[in-house]
Amino acid sequence: MDSPAATVTSDFAIQTDKLSLWYGSFQALFDVDLQIKQGIITSLIGPSGCGKSTFLRSINRINERLGYVRTTGRIEVLGHDIYAPDVELVQVRKQVGMVFQRPNPLPISIRDNVLFGYGIHNKGPKPSKEDQDRVVEDALKTVLLWDQVKDRLRHKGTSLSLEEQQKLCIARLLPVKPTVLLMDEPCSALDPKGTEAVEELIWQLRGEYTIVIVTHNMAQARRASEECIFMLLGEVIEHEPTEDMFVTPKQQQTADYIEGRYG
Amino acid sequence: MFESTSLNERNRKKQSLVKIFFLMMTVLLILPVMIILGVLIYKGGPVLSFEFLFEMPTKNGAAGGILPALVGTVWLVTVALIASVPLGVAAALYLSEYAPDNWFTRAINLAIINLAGVPSIVHALFGVGAFVLFFEFGTSILAASLTLAVMTLPVVIVATRESLQAVPQSFREACWNMGATRWQTIRRVVLPNSVSGILTGVILEVSRTAGETAPIMFTGAAAILPFLPESVYDQTMAMSLHLFVVSTQVPNMPEGIPYGVALVLIGMVLTMNAVSIGFRTWLRGRKKW
Repeated sequence: MDSPAATVTSDFAIQTDKLSLWYGSFQALFDVDLQIKQGIITSLIGPSGCGKSTFLRSINRINERLGYVRTTGRIEVLGHDIYAPDVELVQVRKQVGMVFQRPNPLPISIRDNVLFGYGIHNKGPKPSKEDQDRVVEDALKTVLLWDQVKDRLRHKGTSLSLEEQQKLCIARLLPVKPTVLLMDEPCSALDPKGTEAVEELIWQLRGEYTIVIVTHNMAQARRASEECIFMLLGEVIEHEPTEDMFVTPKQQQTADYIEGRYG
Repeated sequence: MFESTSLNERNRKKQSLVKIFFLMMTVLLILPVMIILGVLIYKGGPVLSFEFLFEMPTKNGAAGGILPALVGTVWLVTVALIASVPLGVAAALYLSEYAPDNWFTRAINLAIINLAGVPSIVHALFGVGAFVLFFEFGTSILAASLTLAVMTLPVVIVATRESLQAVPQSFREACWNMGATRWQTIRRVVLPNSVSGILTGVILEVSRTAGETAPIMFTGAAAILPFLPESVYDQTMAMSLHLFVVSTQVPNMPEGIPYGVALVLIGMVLTMNAVSIGFRTWLRGRKKW
């Protein structure tokens, strides 16, 4: 999977087939069949513990860090089975970037944060300073952070506000040219203004990236996604264009959840 | 409505009594240190001179200087550090960053704790058996330093492991999610953020290594040896053993000399600590290496 754009073989960025997952003896996902379209924002909603974060974390195989996790079924990213034996984990992670609930910039300078992944995946000779400058500027401009930080690129990433930190965490994924961005409640640690800014950014990134976003915030799912998946107790209940799901949910459980009858 | 009652009064008295009690306990803790330092400076201070530090001992240490012991201790500590720090840090890295949580890892952890609890005289005998006799290093700096290294290894491992585990998990996750391998994560994020904690462990080790007597008595340190060691295969004098010798083994010892030796030993340890702390502060300031 060296040149992703050339090897795309389907319209779906992510496809799962009977994906089940166990933490020890606890089954967290039951036969999840999903097709997530390329280049749009898909939100995952559902009450706490319904498996939406677990599902998200399977897509870049970060779940495996826990030794007691067992997975069955298939997950295909851009038409390639990511659990196939010859798959290189590092290449999966390069294609599938992840943003966490709490912004987690590294305790190094803003510039080095952006260049971190770039440096890791850079095969050739060390890029020149001009190249690096360009990479940093591009990434920070894409996440609408450049103007705020361009005069303090040497400052620590951790010295930024939470909103800026979260944007930085998105920015550092971009230089390695991922195709899928996974976001696990990216705004839940932010204040309303920060939430709005980050949502706006995510909206701008669609098209270029396939974005899957887990959220507890129903309004956010409705405003900021094009398709919506509702999960309950480890199963997918409904997968519809967002507007349809919120206006005319097909399943009673979806309707109950959206109207706040349980949460 | 808000006047104090007799109950408030009683509680207040109790409160101040408790505070005074804890304060006294704390003072009691500092007291021995102050007394030790005071007596050493008072009695050993007059002995100190350029000659005392930089001349060979004569009359079994009753006259002359302590240069070979000073140099010997520096040798012992340095060689012990060279042996134990890389080994200890590597072991801690494995245990903290790579090892799965299974019976084998738990057994290793248990072994480390037990190793830390072994009395130093037992380490000394192990050193004789292993390094002096089996590996045929003879009684030498090498054998003594390796014995010291084995003894202090648990300190390095535990201190390193703790400072590694103090690095937030979110830093590691951030790296892994960008496709960094474990080693890249360790090298670029985990180590730079834990190096000051690791150095604290090393500082502790330095102090202990410089002061230990039992492990080196049989493995490489000699009582009186009025010349400087030239390689790790030589025997050497050492400050700790020299202190023991001049305090108990030599008749007609002038009273000031043992105090002088003790003062220099403490001074050495404090100096080494100060240098390491300075280095640590400097590294912390850079935070990038």
